[in-house]
Amino acid sequence: MIFGKSLYCSFIIIACFFTVATAQNEAVATVDSVGQILPQPPGNIIVADHKYDNGGIIDIAWDRSPDDPLGIDGYNIYRACGDGDFEIVAFVLPGGMESYSFIDDKVERGESYRYKISVISSGGESFSESSVSVRGDWEFFDLDKLNILILGIIVCGSVIGFIFTARAGRKLFIRKISGLEALEEAVGRATEMGRPILFIPGILDMDDVQTLAAITILARVSRIVADYDSKIEMPVSRSLVMTTARETIKNSYLAAGRPDAYYDDMVHYVTDEQFGYVAAVNGIMVRDKPATCLYLGAFFAESLILAETGNYIGAIQIAGTARPGQLPFFVAACDYTLIGEELFAASAYLSGDPKQLGSLKGQDVGKFVAMAAMIIGTLAVTVVSAWQFKFFGWLSDLMYSMFSTN
Amino acid sequence: MTNIGVYISLLLIFGGLLAILIYSLKGRDVDRRIIFLFVLFSVASAIIFHIEFEESATPIVKKVFEFVENLPPESKILISFDFDPAMKPEVHPMANAFVRHALVKGHKLYLMGLWPQGQALMTETIEYVLKPEFPNAVYGEDYVMLGYKAGNEGVLNVIITDFRKMYSTDAHGTSLDSIPLFDDVKSAKDMDLIFPVGGGKPGPKEWILFVGDPGNVPIAPGLAAVVAPLIYPYYPRQAIGLLGGVKGAAEYESELKKNYKEFENVETPALQMMGPQTMAHIVIMAFIVIGNIGFFRARRRKWQEGN
Amino acid sequence: MKRTIPVIIVSVVGTVLVLSVFFPPVQTMGEDFSLFFDIIAVFAFFLGGGNLVRIHLVKIYRKRPDWGFSVVTLVGFFVTLLVGLGKLSVTGVTASVTAPDSFLQTIFVNIITPLSSTMYALLAFYVASASYRAFRAKNREATILLIAAFIILLGRTPLGMKLTGWIPEWLSILQIPNLAVWIMNAPNLAGQRAILIGVGLGVVAMSLRLILGMDRTYLGSDND
Repeated sequence: MIFGKSLYCSFIIIACFFTVATAQNEAVATVDSVGQILPQPPGNIIVADHKYDNGGIIDIAWDRSPDDPLGIDGYNIYRACGDGDFEIVAFVLPGGMESYSFIDDKVERGESYRYKISVISSGGESFSESSVSVRGDWEFFDLDKLNILILGIIVCGSVIGFIFTARAGRKLFIRKISGLEALEEAVGRATEMGRPILFIPGILDMDDVQTLAAITILARVSRIVADYDSKIEMPVSRSLVMTTARETIKNSYLAAGRPDAYYDDMVHYVTDEQFGYVAAVNGIMVRDKPATCLYLGAFFAESLILAETGNYIGAIQIAGTARPGQLPFFVAACDYTLIGEELFAASAYLSGDPKQLGSLKGQDVGKFVAMAAMIIGTLAVTVVSAWQFKFFGWLSDLMYSMFSTN
Repeated sequence: MTNIGVYISLLLIFGGLLAILIYSLKGRDVDRRIIFLFVLFSVASAIIFHIEFEESATPIVKKVFEFVENLPPESKILISFDFDPAMKPEVHPMANAFVRHALVKGHKLYLMGLWPQGQALMTETIEYVLKPEFPNAVYGEDYVMLGYKAGNEGVLNVIITDFRKMYSTDAHGTSLDSIPLFDDVKSAKDMDLIFPVGGGKPGPKEWILFVGDPGNVPIAPGLAAVVAPLIYPYYPRQAIGLLGGVKGAAEYESELKKNYKEFENVETPALQMMGPQTMAHIVIMAFIVIGNIGFFRARRRKWQEGN
Repeated sequence: MKRTIPVIIVSVVGTVLVLSVFFPPVQTMGEDFSLFFDIIAVFAFFLGGGNLVRIHLVKIYRKRPDWGFSVVTLVGFFVTLLVGLGKLSVTGVTASVTAPDSFLQTIFVNIITPLSSTMYALLAFYVASASYRAFRAKNREATILLIAAFIILLGRTPLGMKLTGWIPEWLSILQIPNLAVWIMNAPNLAGQRAILIGVGLGVVAMSLRLILGMDRTYLGSDND
């Protein structure tokens, strides 16, 4: 099913279908039947199939009318499908530019189209010659993104490679992440004090990867909570996160052999409104005084409010987010902070499964590629601009094209 | 700052800080409520006694100002209100200042939002800034309000190819096809400048990633101070400039006042806020110094006891 | 089966979304999947709202501590829902809920806006107390952090220019506002970019584990 579309597409030749046509018009002043002086028509109409689309876009460009911009109101773009009549599809205001362009994305793939541009003024409307026919065709692969695909294959390939390496039994070194090492101790502390654990999964929905990472950590944390017979409380700000988290915790309790200890209200919805949610969580913290507070996921301005309140009640706090803007607040106010990628590594790290740990090693290859590219690229650009060694210009251009997303 | 109240406030604040310093030198930690009281008093006195400072625009803000100045008349500018009431004090002034600048230059405004609260906030801008100060501006010809659309980045993915697929009507239910401003506008790529204002998600970063960079449309983000560092990587290629926090807003307001006599007497909330911000920063710095002095004294005492 | 179907859905959808970036024929499928999520999320609103109402009703019924606040919550919830859905206004029913005379707009401007601003304003106080506690020159790195914090705090106000405006043009980088901008644009930016690169790679690795079905902890506990 995944490759159904691929099978279909594999019958299409992987190539760009590019049709370029030009139409020349000489600028000649004409007079209409009632004696009004018509504007001079635009010239040099160029139509072409848009690159790397699914066949529904055609690019049109034309040179301005010699009367542009004084005295003209704009340009009409006419389109005819096959041998049909021309009909107007767009209007473009004059801007005094030498040439104009328009992207027509309302075409059908495989159909042939012809275009005409007309210029309008108080004297009337003048038409250019019709362009030659152009057909919208699709390209199987967006070649502009080839560099991203190559880099993605390198990173994904190294991740998969290290997974196989780990599966073969080779021991891989993963550095200690103190925030994750402290998780079990933090849950134990809450159990001893007879106070609950507060888990905050961020304020974004399940379509955010940080929330997903938080839910994977929640599974491990709730398993420990179930084993220790402690209490977990999880106010959430998104309904979908509530339903997902409930399933996750329920299954963890089931796996721990404690289905009787689970109840739905461990996870409860508060509000989508950011500061309403923070106010509610702060109230829970001050009233229930959890011994351990876990802030894992996507946070915004509320990060410091949560962390400071947690500090005030004397809770042990472990935070983790991939938002660099909020990390300083967590680092200043929390006992442990998972910085960026450590949040995404948490699930693999906590599992201890060699295969998953192998995927963490694969990330290091990506980092190595990034570091090498930065050093080489910086040196190349510096050498070219500071010492005018044009010889290295090709290297800096290569680095730029490899890592550009435009 | 010739107001006697200003001098009394400053005296009380610095006197209080000195007392706290002496208290801290005795090895005692300062209760956080004392810190809160000082912040409250310093900010309140700055507001009550109207402590204001002159501002001049930094290059990164000036770039935005000059870009708007140099756009040809009747250029199309999209403003996205991607913030909520919590961020409003910080970013709404920059949105209002920008609207003033754009309209006085004769540009066309397209207002929309990716946050639900953004719609009410753009209504505020229209009712309290646009209509009173630009009574000749005609809806549909000089400005249009598209309103809020749910879908976060999904909205951007669609409007970069076709506005009408996402917005069949404006916020009042009028079809886009009967709004003159949309006669020659198909997608966000037809905009000459996009000014997304916000600081959360979705916000200016998403505009850069999903519209500005792929669509090659100039973006000038207006940001809350805490997220401004996140957008610096995109300056100057993907973001032509940047308005960061209250300071950015104050700089823009001051540029507007300097260049346009008609705005000399308009309300400038960002400039007014710089006074309290400065006072709060002074108090924070003072407490950091006090904290460090106390820390070093305690460490020295421990070392002496150890010896 | 209960665990297999979600894993298959995750694998298929994840793969399609990745492929839609590179292969134009699959692009519309990727957009459709994003729309599917929005539709599911909207339906989930009912679950969340229902949960909120139920919890607070139980609290009121059993007269648990602070049950009075639950009454406030429910009154606010239902009143806002009513005026929003009914588009009620001073003059009856209004065409737009954001019209100046609509009750929803009134609630927004007079209740939600000030309350949200109040919560956001707490940050000013918390920044002060966090700074007092965290910015101690315990070691070399902490001292550098402290100095940078001072420069940024001064640079964000007109005071920075007033204190260092006398520095000649050729040394203008040492003027505090310029130094503050340099700190944000150079070392801070370098650190942020490094974190972002790490985050990007972490997302790729985690997504790969989820798409390949290696990590199923989102289903709860063990990966069998």
